Parts: sequence; structure tokens; C-alpha cells
Amino acid sequence: MAKHEQVIVAGFGGQGVMLMGQMLAYAATNEGLNTVWIPSYGPETRGGTANCSIAISDKMINSPVVTRPDSVVALNLPSLEKFEPKLKKDGLLIVNDAAIKDYEYRDDVRLITIDANKEALALGNLRVANMIMLGAYIQATGIFKKDAIIEVFKKTFSGDKAKLMDINVKALETGMKLAA
Amino acid sequence: MKAQTIYKPTEGLTERQLTYCPGCTHGIIHKLIGEVLVEQGLLDTAVGIASVGCSVMSYEFFNCDTQQAAHGRAPAVATGIKRVNPEATVFTYQGDGDLASIGLAEIVHSAHRGENITVIFVNNAIYGMTGGQMAPTTLIGQKTTTSPRGREQAEAGLPLRMSEMLATVPGATYLERVSVHDPKHIRKAKKALQKAFDVQTKKQGFSMIEFISTCPVNWGMTPQDSLNWAVDQMIPYYPLGLFKDATKEEN
Amino acid sequence: MAKVLMKGNEAMALAAIKGGCDAFFGYPITPQNEVPEYLSYHMKEYGRVFVQAESEVAAINMVYGAAGAGARVLTSSSSPGIALKQEGISYMAGSQLPAVIINVMRGGPGLGSIQPSQGDYNQVTRGGGNGDYHVLSFGPETLQETVDLVRQAFDIADYYRNPVMIAVDGLIGQMMEPVDLDNEIPKMDLPPKDWAANGKSGERGKRNTIVSLHLDTQGLEGHNLALKKKYDEMVEKEQRYEMIQTDDADIVIVAYGTVARVVRSVIETLREEGIKVGLLRPITLWPFPEKAFEKLPESAKMLLTVEMSLGQMHQDVRMVNEGKRKLAFYGRAGGIVPEADEIADEVRKLVGGSPA
Repeated sequence: MAKHEQVIVAGFGGQGVMLMGQMLAYAATNEGLNTVWIPSYGPETRGGTANCSIAISDKMINSPVVTRPDSVVALNLPSLEKFEPKLKKDGLLIVNDAAIKDYEYRDDVRLITIDANKEALALGNLRVANMIMLGAYIQATGIFKKDAIIEVFKKTFSGDKAKLMDINVKALETGMKLAA
Repeated sequence: MKAQTIYKPTEGLTERQLTYCPGCTHGIIHKLIGEVLVEQGLLDTAVGIASVGCSVMSYEFFNCDTQQAAHGRAPAVATGIKRVNPEATVFTYQGDGDLASIGLAEIVHSAHRGENITVIFVNNAIYGMTGGQMAPTTLIGQKTTTSPRGREQAEAGLPLRMSEMLATVPGATYLERVSVHDPKHIRKAKKALQKAFDVQTKKQGFSMIEFISTCPVNWGMTPQDSLNWAVDQMIPYYPLGLFKDATKEEN
Repeated sequence: MAKVLMKGNEAMALAAIKGGCDAFFGYPITPQNEVPEYLSYHMKEYGRVFVQAESEVAAINMVYGAAGAGARVLTSSSSPGIALKQEGISYMAGSQLPAVIINVMRGGPGLGSIQPSQGDYNQVTRGGGNGDYHVLSFGPETLQETVDLVRQAFDIADYYRNPVMIAVDGLIGQMMEPVDLDNEIPKMDLPPKDWAANGKSGERGKRNTIVSLHLDTQGLEGHNLALKKKYDEMVEKEQRYEMIQTDDADIVIVAYGTVARVVRSVIETLREEGIKVGLLRPITLWPFPEKAFEKLPESAKMLLTVEMSLGQMHQDVRMVNEGKRKLAFYGRAGGIVPEADEIADEVRKLVGGSPA
């Protein structure tokens, strides 16, 4: 199956959007695919909104800059407002709508909304909201199997961070379930 | 009667004729460095860094490996050399314009890092090579081409005392100010140099010997008057002596 | 070996280690900070030298010292920091010392911005230091090409006894892409550094001096001409470039670095529309790849320079073109990477069509 996917992940600095994006790039690298991960960088990432774009392809990636994403994963309202208009028609929009009310979403895209904050708190740690979103994303796109992400987790959550493995796996599974 | 050698030039210096003006003390200081390098067996492993100023050509005079540095940057160049060749004996030779003005950051930070190098600082209270302009070390009232009415505190501040200043830098190991205006002081200066290179050989860190020097041409004096002026005017403001010896603190 | 996913700056740092870098001297500046950060940790593991200098000025002079002592030396910085290093680079060129300089370019002039830019083109290819000298400069496109060049750069610098610069826009420094750091790269036959002033005059039996001062005019001119001969050799041997779909092109875009990648997307789109467009991609910025322009087909009636600066490389295109073909220019500045769509529109306008 030909793979070609461009996704933007965005949210507040501290919500783990960079890490979530990197997980996709690591998974792509492990599978021998081409990938480019690009962060927004500088002062804007300190407390403001942060975003990263990931291009994944089984062909050479030409422009590394994602301007018309196939998917947008938005973890807060400013990110939704900024990136929803860039999303391709019939693209995938996954939103953490924990603090979003009465928003008029585009009707020409595939929309999945998840209260990832509530789900993360139910698992015991608000900080795994990003991995819930990641689970939803891989489920909705089918781009990677769960095991591919678990492989990446094994490296990320090793040593001192090994204790975080379980809750992140649960978060991933929760996201996958909610997007199924 | 058999001929006896009673004096010969040090092998620490090349046979190149020095380019310094008559009466200037750079020549004495060069000779002391050459002698100490030979006596301590360091000449074959030494790298001397020439700076910009009257001593710009000193890379021609020290009979060891040499490198010529940009104005003020000799301690940074020395850092680079020493870090990749820790067994080399690395020294800089800098004037007061080079070290105390444009190169202030480099001298302070190489002391701060405790670089295991030796700095020879020649302070003659003026820019010599460029023709006698005011230096940070120029004394109050001293006339130069850019302080034609004499240095005024209100305009140019008070002269900078480098040894005292560097003594406040925790990383510095050995700091001494010496003079070469008479044989007694020359002998003392040589001892200070020996100590400074010894500090480096023992890997004890940053050492600097400040030499009170003269500039008869730009001061507009005879060599003898210059020596007197150094003693009467400079030394009272720049007192000779030891400003820091952290090797003692270690003992 | 399998590719590993690395951030551009870190990959360049590791590539330097693999390229045999003995010592690094640098100073923090965004967006290149991951280079010194990575090396501060890893150089020790290899028994090599890392020093965080007090300024870019000090850093480049440490590089000058260490290079003079015969080491393979690296510094990295970003545009305003490179401006500060220009004096030292001139000294190294004058003293014929090798070193590798990574420039992760950001917006300017002045403090500018920290976003990606190619606004250093003139600074990279002309230099800001005094005197007749050149720095062999690369403007790679992908992270793989970047790390390959960083690894080769140490050999090239040693061979020519001249500084070599790798100039990438901030995006290449900040992005992550899988790279192979153990692939085969060309090796050069290098003479021993018997000129180094490394404190081994005893062993060597003669003293060495590193100097750029030549007070007599005849002597300096001789030195200048000797340097020129070396630069001529670089112009002859080192021009690197890539030509993509230029054989039948009516219009050829000239672009390097990240912009060249964007242009590849543009070519795909426009070729589908029947517009015959190609890419001439300089890999060496200095020497500028004049030879590539000689190879362009008669059909290529127009050259369009696209860069993340306002016409700096375009001046070189102009000089090389010598009035032969029509020229056009499209540039973005301020840290903005031009989008494929806007470049495509520019091309459509130039070939007489209307924007899609």
C-alpha cells in the first residue's frame, strides 16, 4: 500500500504535541519510510501554542514543509482555528474538545472529537492526553499498527521513564478505541 | 690566555634582529622569556602567540613554534592550541592595548576558565605601534596623541589595573606584576616568569606576569628618563608584587 | 546501517564526530544550539575537545589556534554569530588553516529573527572578512546530504588548508529526518600537517609559524597569488550541483537548500499540467556551479531564481548567465519558507498561463 501522509499536530506548549509528532516520525523511520518532522521553534513554544508537522512517505519527500495537511490533530482552540482552514478537503480533523464549546467545524472534513483531558484524568494523568490523541490518529488513518507505536514507546519510556510505559500504552489504546 | 665565553645570546630567541625602538624594554622581556624557556627545557615544546601591537613580529623572535593572533585574541588562540595539545607550553605575549582594551573579554575568560597557559602582559601605558594613542592603562594627566591635554578622568575614566582585576577572577592561579628598570628588578622578573611557566608545567592553571615597560619614543623621553618615569609615575599606580598565588592556597 | 531519526543540528554534530573532528569551539545562538549541546555531551566520550567560548569572536580564534596546532576543528553558529566570526575566518584563510564552520541561517539583518532564512548567501559566498579570500561553501538540501557533506568537509578543508562552510537554513537544523551516518563517503589523500605550530619543534627539528602578516608588498602579493591559485583549483574541481528534469525544460528554476526541495514539488505539479520546468540546484554556493549553466539545453529560455532572501544568489545567476537567457526572480524573506503553490503560480505567470 502506497503511503503518503502529511499531518500537523498542534496545541499548547506543554501538551506534548512535539513528542506525539516525533512518535510518528520514529515509527515511520522504524518501518523504513521517509519522514520529516518539523517543529515550530523559538519563543512561541514557551507557553504559547506549539506545533509540528510530519510528512511520511514511501517515496522521497520533496517539500518538507506541510502547507496542505491530510490530517490535523488539534489539542486546543487556537490550534484548531489556525490549522483547520489548511486541512485538505475530506481530510481528517481530530480535536481535543475538552475546552471547546459551540465551535462550528468545517463540514467537508472527517471529524473526530475527543475529550482527551477527561479520558487522561480517568487514566490518572492529564499529561497522557497527547497519547490518547495519537491512538485516535493511528486508528483513524490506519497508518501504523499499535505495535509500531509500542516499539517507539519502548525506547522513549526506558530507564527512569519506564514507569510511564503502562499509562501511555493505556492512553494509546483508549484513543484507538474512541476513534474506532 | 684561552678565550672564554662570558656572554652569548639565549637560544630561546632566534637570530632575527629585534624590531623594537631603542630604549624600549621589550628586548629585555623577550630575552628573559627565551632564557626561562631554555632553562626549564620548554623551548622544544613551546608555542608562543604573538598579538597585535609593537610585539606583532614576536613570532619571528621566539625560537619555538609561534602563531600570530588577531588583535586582542591571543588568549583565545592559546586556548585552542592548549586544548588540543595539552603537553605543549603555550604562552601569549600581549601589550596593554591588546590585552586591556580590545582583548579584555578573552583575557578575563581564559583566566576564568583556568586555562593552563601563561600570559606575558607588557604594560607601557600607551599604544606604541599605532603611534602613541591613549590606552586603558594611560595614567591621569599623561599626554598621548588622543589625550593631547593629558588623560582626564571625567572623559576617559581611571587607568585599568589588570593584575588587580584578574586577582578577583576565581579561576586565575598566578598573577604577579614586575618591572625591568634595573638589574635587581630584572632578576626578580625572571623569577616570576620561572614561577609562571612552572605553574603551567605542573598543570596548575592560568598564570600572568605583568611587566611595567617603557615607550621612550611615544612618551617623548630619553630611555633613561623613561625608566625614571616608569619608576616615579607608573609603579606608584601599578604597584609591583604578587596579586594571586593559588598554588599556595592548594598546599 | 539502518537509518536513524535525528534532529538536523544533532545529526550534523554526530557527523562531525564521525568526520574526525578533534575539537569544537562555539557559543550559543538559536537555531543551532543543539550542535554545541550534543557535542558538549558526546565529544568527551571520544576523548575530544569541547569548549563553550565567551563569544563567537573568541570561539573562532580558538578554532584558529587549534587549527594552527594541526587539529581538525569545528565551530557552528547562526547568521549574526557568523558575522562576528568573519575576522577569524579571514585570518584562517590568510594563514591557510583548515576548519569546518556550520552556519544554521536565520533571518536578518541585525538580530533579524530565528526563523529559517538564506539571507546569509552573500556572507557565505563573499565573506565579511578583509582581503582576497574565499571559503568553500555548501548549501545542502536534505539532512542526509548535509551530514554527508559535514563528514567530507574535514577532508576538503585539510586538503585545501582553507575553511569550509556548511550553510543550511534554520529548518534543516531544526527538523528531524532519518539519516545514515555510516554510509560510504569519498576520502581524500591528505598530506601530513608538517606545517602545524603544535609545540613539537624539538621533535620536528625546525620551528613552525602560523601567520597572515606579510609586511613587504611583493611578499604579500606573492602570497595572494598563491591563494588565488588554490581558489582557482577549487573553482575547477569543486563545483557541485544537481540538475533535475532540465533536459527538455523551457524554464529552469535555480534554488538551493530547503527551497530546492519545495521546487521539486513544484516540478511534479507543473509537469502534470504540461509545463516543462526543471531545477538547477547548486550544492556548492562557492564556487558557484557555473558548469551546470553551460549544460542547460537551448530550450531553456528562462531562468527563475527562487531563494529565501531578496536576490542575493540571483546576482550570481545574472553573472553566470551573461545575458543569454531571460531571468526572473522570486524570493521570500523574514523567515518565511516559500510554499510550493506560490512558486508554481509564479512559474505559470512567467510561461504565460494564469494562476491555478
